[in-house]
Amino acid sequence: MEILVYGTINSVSLALMGLGFAMVYGISRVPNFAHGALYVICGFVTWTLFQKLGLPYFIAIILSLGVNGVLGMLMYRFVLIRVRGMNISEIIASYAIGLIILEGLRFGGFRGMTYTLPVFMEGSLMIGGVPVDYHRIVMTIIGILLVAGLWLFTHHTRIGLALQGMAQDERAALMLGIDSDFMAMLAMGFGAVLAGVAATLIMPLGNIVVESGYHVLIMSIAVCIVGGLGSWMGAFFAAFIIGFAQILTVVYIGSHFQMVVAILAIILTLILKPSGLFGQQKELEERV
Amino acid sequence: MTQPADQTKTKPILRMKNLNKRFGGVQALKDVSFDVFPGDVLGIIGPNGSGKTTIVNSITGFIKPTSGKVYFKDKDITGKPPHKVADMGITRTFQIMRPYYSLPAYKNLVIPLFSPRAKRTGGWRGGGNLGNRQTIAIDILEEIGFERDSYIPFKKTSTLPTGYLKRLELARCLALKPEIIICDEIFSGLSMSEIASMVPLIERLQDEGITIVMIEHRLRELFQVANRVMVLNFGEKLIEGTPDLVMADEKVKAAYFGSKEVEEVMTYA
Amino acid sequence: MSSQHARKERIDRGIKVRSDGLYALMSLRELSYLTLPRFILIAGMMLLPVLMPDMYWQRVISIVCIYTILAISFDFLAHYVGLVSLGGAFFIGTGGYTAGILNTYFGLPPILTVPLAAIIGGLICTLMLLPCLPLKGVYFAIITLMYPLFMARIIEAFDIFGGTDGLIGIDNFSSAFVEQYLVVAMVLMFLSGIRRFVTTDMGLIFTAIMDNDQAVKASGINIAKYKALAVFIASAMGCMAGACLTHIYMWTGISQFALDFSILPIAATVIGGSGTLIGPLLGCLILVPVSELLRDFGTLRIVFYASILVGFILFRSDGIMVFGQRKYEQFERWTKI
Repeated sequence: MEILVYGTINSVSLALMGLGFAMVYGISRVPNFAHGALYVICGFVTWTLFQKLGLPYFIAIILSLGVNGVLGMLMYRFVLIRVRGMNISEIIASYAIGLIILEGLRFGGFRGMTYTLPVFMEGSLMIGGVPVDYHRIVMTIIGILLVAGLWLFTHHTRIGLALQGMAQDERAALMLGIDSDFMAMLAMGFGAVLAGVAATLIMPLGNIVVESGYHVLIMSIAVCIVGGLGSWMGAFFAAFIIGFAQILTVVYIGSHFQMVVAILAIILTLILKPSGLFGQQKELEERV
Repeated sequence: MTQPADQTKTKPILRMKNLNKRFGGVQALKDVSFDVFPGDVLGIIGPNGSGKTTIVNSITGFIKPTSGKVYFKDKDITGKPPHKVADMGITRTFQIMRPYYSLPAYKNLVIPLFSPRAKRTGGWRGGGNLGNRQTIAIDILEEIGFERDSYIPFKKTSTLPTGYLKRLELARCLALKPEIIICDEIFSGLSMSEIASMVPLIERLQDEGITIVMIEHRLRELFQVANRVMVLNFGEKLIEGTPDLVMADEKVKAAYFGSKEVEEVMTYA
Repeated sequence: MSSQHARKERIDRGIKVRSDGLYALMSLRELSYLTLPRFILIAGMMLLPVLMPDMYWQRVISIVCIYTILAISFDFLAHYVGLVSLGGAFFIGTGGYTAGILNTYFGLPPILTVPLAAIIGGLICTLMLLPCLPLKGVYFAIITLMYPLFMARIIEAFDIFGGTDGLIGIDNFSSAFVEQYLVVAMVLMFLSGIRRFVTTDMGLIFTAIMDNDQAVKASGINIAKYKALAVFIASAMGCMAGACLTHIYMWTGISQFALDFSILPIAATVIGGSGTLIGPLLGCLILVPVSELLRDFGTLRIVFYASILVGFILFRSDGIMVFGQRKYEQFERWTKI
């Protein structure tokens, strides 16, 4: 029971981390290696707005999500647009931006234990004999609602459908009058907002630390690779596989191995089935 | 048209038996079997998506057929990796040309001349194992129609026009001293005069004893060089026989219904 | 003159045209046109340790050389074989640990551990990367980025080879002189060796694999074999650098798998000029000393070279070396249209 409850919670938080990365890659084919940095920066912006400027918590969150979205779009508009299509340059450039943000924050003195965000709701609940605090429950529910919302958004709204069209065939989308650069910028914005949502939901459970940027990046890559790069529903299911695998290793082997599991999942997936468990790309083109 | 090989006496050099290939829900090949005899020029024609390139890929090991066997000189080569198949002497050209764009044209041939097969056989006219691969590469290019005196063999491949690239594809096959060359649409994308200069080349290769399988859309030129033609439609073999027989067939007409070229060829024949 | 009525012409200098062939021997000037840059490189590298004012800067030169070797291995893999490996730290760490283990557990002297670490470490890296060799592009990049992290976590989790503390008390090189000239000699050796190697017939196969692996397969060549060979060459170089690093610091630890070793060589290659092999050296000569100067500011140096990296990727993606070579070999002028 414990495994089931904590496995679900862990899986949903992994899914939250990975969604943004999967979304951006799925739509614009840009592997956004600054994802972890966007995650961390959202935490610090919320902290600054809430603790330093004394804004109400809810408004601080909304504002920082907005800031994150704008940041993601700016990153695409001024940097990534120039290396679009050159995969390796995209990786290196976005990773370097991530490094600048993360190490810049570290240099700016954002380190230590003092940076925390309050949980949404105090208290806890017993589920099947396992104590679970309200915040984790809220997080799980919001996470699942978010995935459902995203599905509805991409399948039933104009912009969502345009994004989907671009994800399937960029040239065809261009011919139908979809501005692919604008859409990719939008996608980066969405990805950044999703990273922010993940941050505001997960960060109150611990401290805001710069290192979690790297951690989130690895986790989101793991989720996306296992689920198949470019398929965000695949990423959602993969999050459950990795999430439960992690909890199982923590329970039966030791917490040191939590990260090993994620990295091993990446390596094994890439070796055995590079298109991922749910990916739809042609295997022939990748491997042969 | 050259004289067809005497099929009663010789054994087939390449045999397909009940080749099947599925891509997901699509059946790309359905029970295709045929034989290729030494000295043949076999033409494989069919509408787009009829599985022609899939046949090439299955023979040369680039994809694994779902079921069925491929025999080369009575040896089972089904599912062998491409480099092993090439090593046995079955070479291919690619429909989308695949030269090494960052190398000069003659250095493109150093690659096949470096292969184990070229080391064994010495390459097209021999001598490839002597270590002077670049000179031999230029010799092969001259034979295939690159003017030696001009600067063309030394040009970057990315600057060469399509006609030369197609010849380069053929040259890459020749460098291996092949027994079979499978040409995947080697005439497509060429102008009439370029094709006219390619046809004698193919005929000369046949005279030198190389078996040739040609996948083609340009029926008129194909029927000039081929001694047998096989027609594919939706992954199935419709008919196989001499060009005259195939042209007269009703099923083929139906498969190509509306295709002007067939009518043209038929009136021409 | 505005660009509307004129265009820039780039014309090879006469001396370049004349000295491209055998004619270079005809005059001293043409001979020096060809040999001078190479002479400056070799003499400069030999003089560098002597010119440095104190021990600290001599040490910096050693570090420059180690990063250079790593960057050359990255450049070779990425631009001559087409495998973009983001895992320089994997090579450094494996080589470092191999040397450390050979030295502390088996008591071998540095003169033996460095070449042994290159071979053994190279084999280990190649074996571990073997299953990933069919991967291309992003996939190979991601998997190589993951390997050093994986190794570090494994060592941490199993608490082997000194665990998080690493192995201490490893022998130093016999003198600072040996240390510096060993790494300088290695840089020169690898530089000229790889430059020669990529133009041999076998080297051409690597370029062909990068351009088009399908056609190489259709030519009857086992590309897995050649890719593995390329990875072995690159990883042996990286491991050798790692082994030297271990002996210089007399310590090996998890931080040898740190991102620094993955990102700095890439930055150096991009800045110096990708695909030139000499570019990585130039990039390291610029980046490493500057990052040493910024060491007092902690993580600011990472911010610094990451920004330079982004700047170069965006605005000067061919790097300094390509630019310099063009200036050396060609002159530019405006002509009226």
